[in-house]
Amino acid sequence: MNKILIDLKNISKSFDGQMVLDDLNLYIRENEFLTLLGPSGCGKTTTLRILGGFETPDTGSVIFDGKDITKLPPNKRQLNTVFQKYALFTHMTIAENIAFGLKIKNKSKTYINDKIKYALKLVNLEGFENRMPDSLSGGQQQRIAIARAIVNEPKVLLLDEPLGALDLKLRQDMQYELIRLKNELGITFIYVTHDQEEALTMSDTIVVMNQGYIQQIGTPEKIYNEPENAFVADFIGDSNIISSTMIEDKLVEILGTKFPCVDTGFGCNKPVDVVIRPEDVILSSPAKGKMTGTVTHLIFKGVHYEMEVTAAGYEWLVHSTGMFPVGTEVGIDVDPFNIQIMNKPASEDEEAVGVNE
Amino acid sequence: MNKKKLLGTPYFIWSAIFIIIPLCMVFYYGFTDKSGAFTLENIIAISSPEHAKALYLALGLSLISTLICLLLAYPLAMILCGLNVNQHSFIVLIFILPMWMNFLLRTLAWQTLLEKTGVINNILSFLHLPALTIINTPYAIILGMVYNFLPFMVLPIYNSLVKIDPNVINAARDLGANGLQVFAKITLPLTLPGIISGITMVFIPALTTFVISKLLGGSKILLIGNVVEEEFTQAGNWHLGSGLSIVLMLFIIVNMVISSIFDKDGEGSVL
Repeated sequence: MNKILIDLKNISKSFDGQMVLDDLNLYIRENEFLTLLGPSGCGKTTTLRILGGFETPDTGSVIFDGKDITKLPPNKRQLNTVFQKYALFTHMTIAENIAFGLKIKNKSKTYINDKIKYALKLVNLEGFENRMPDSLSGGQQQRIAIARAIVNEPKVLLLDEPLGALDLKLRQDMQYELIRLKNELGITFIYVTHDQEEALTMSDTIVVMNQGYIQQIGTPEKIYNEPENAFVADFIGDSNIISSTMIEDKLVEILGTKFPCVDTGFGCNKPVDVVIRPEDVILSSPAKGKMTGTVTHLIFKGVHYEMEVTAAGYEWLVHSTGMFPVGTEVGIDVDPFNIQIMNKPASEDEEAVGVNE
Repeated sequence: MNKKKLLGTPYFIWSAIFIIIPLCMVFYYGFTDKSGAFTLENIIAISSPEHAKALYLALGLSLISTLICLLLAYPLAMILCGLNVNQHSFIVLIFILPMWMNFLLRTLAWQTLLEKTGVINNILSFLHLPALTIINTPYAIILGMVYNFLPFMVLPIYNSLVKIDPNVINAARDLGANGLQVFAKITLPLTLPGIISGITMVFIPALTTFVISKLLGGSKILLIGNVVEEEFTQAGNWHLGSGLSIVLMLFIIVNMVISSIFDKDGEGSVL
């Protein structure tokens, strides 16, 4: 494990009496690709702005490489930011944009020219030196914004929804570009997004946030397969979240039917939330399943069929390569290790309110 | 004639009567003498000592006024820009309010304020301070110009300032620039179109004014605007008045060309 580079301690921040971050604690390791993921207003951008020095937290401290930088202005910090809408200097050429930080540091002309060449090569935009930002496409401008940041050799690159303004295809290409860049540069990336797919594709670590609280920290696999609460389960991918009762260790009662599972330690006859991913629901003939239901919707999605099955009063979302026409009676089963048990939210703040992404 | 052109007819008639025909008349009078024969004398008349002096004085005073307006307006626009929406519409209102009052009235008010026995001097003598004697001097004219034309400088600069994405400023700071460097390398160049518009909108009316100089400068200080006015109203020499107007127009055209080169986004078009 790499050493801890940034440590956010007890960060709180409110705007006009509205709490945005509440006692946030988070550390970031060297050379990590960490993503802050959450719906708008969850505090992810504020966290990034506190890291960049554009906001000062009301309480708490930011420790960078062992030093407290909470009150340090942005121009004195060893990190650079890539902004949401590129924020290029429209009155300067691409070369001048990239050279901006280096000129301020009084680097020699040859050093600056080498760096511009190197950065443009890195983002695959060689020969763009004398173009103006306005003449570039969105994706190209975004790459220039990244080039402008990385020529300063920051220890950390902060990226604030940098792909938000790009179209789907370009966004996917840029995701691979960013992973490649991070590996070539060997620095820490802190990435902010509301797009769960982006987060799953690129990150080493995902921090899921909602309403100023961290909901879960973990690897993409962990976040997807073992969400700790209903918010995380709902926010990351499609899921069936069903209020259930934990009968005993390794046995849960879902909608009146007992299902074996693998989780233990939740106690006996305790109300819990159960997450079952749509692709983990097994449909078969009525006799083979643990429950029976009726297919009510059927949509062809390319890789799989998306079906809605009404069983025991719940609409199950099912992804399957096998097709069952609307009106068919089907049996429903789930493998024990695909049933993810979660505690009910302890406070209202943790509850998934109005999130359907 | 198609429908769109038909809708434009009132405008064409308007501009023909009030812009094109008067302009043609100015050129006709400017290039003819009293007998109607072609002459360049009215144009060359600008080089006569008293006319040249009035032109130089007008150029000098309006340049100084423009510079003062710029120095006052830029910080003011920046302050306006930094305020939140509620405060800011209130301040803009306060600022625009005097502009709704008649220009002549406001200038006359300054005359009353600055007079030897005016309000300001009464207050000064009450406080046993030396009296102010700036009425009928070039200083009073500069004061009048700055007072009347300052809003025309503030608004275009303000417009170009609010257009700057705050993240562009943040990006510059992020890349290591301190406050002064951000201003010199980012804010100032990005507001240049606004500054040029402001300069145009202050300089041209200041250069051609005759009311401010008449009311605050007494009859002693003649600007080129006063000379033109007198040729028309007192001397009755429309030919000379038109000739001098054409010369003045040259300065305006030069200024407009410079400003159109810089102001591609039309910051000045708000007024």
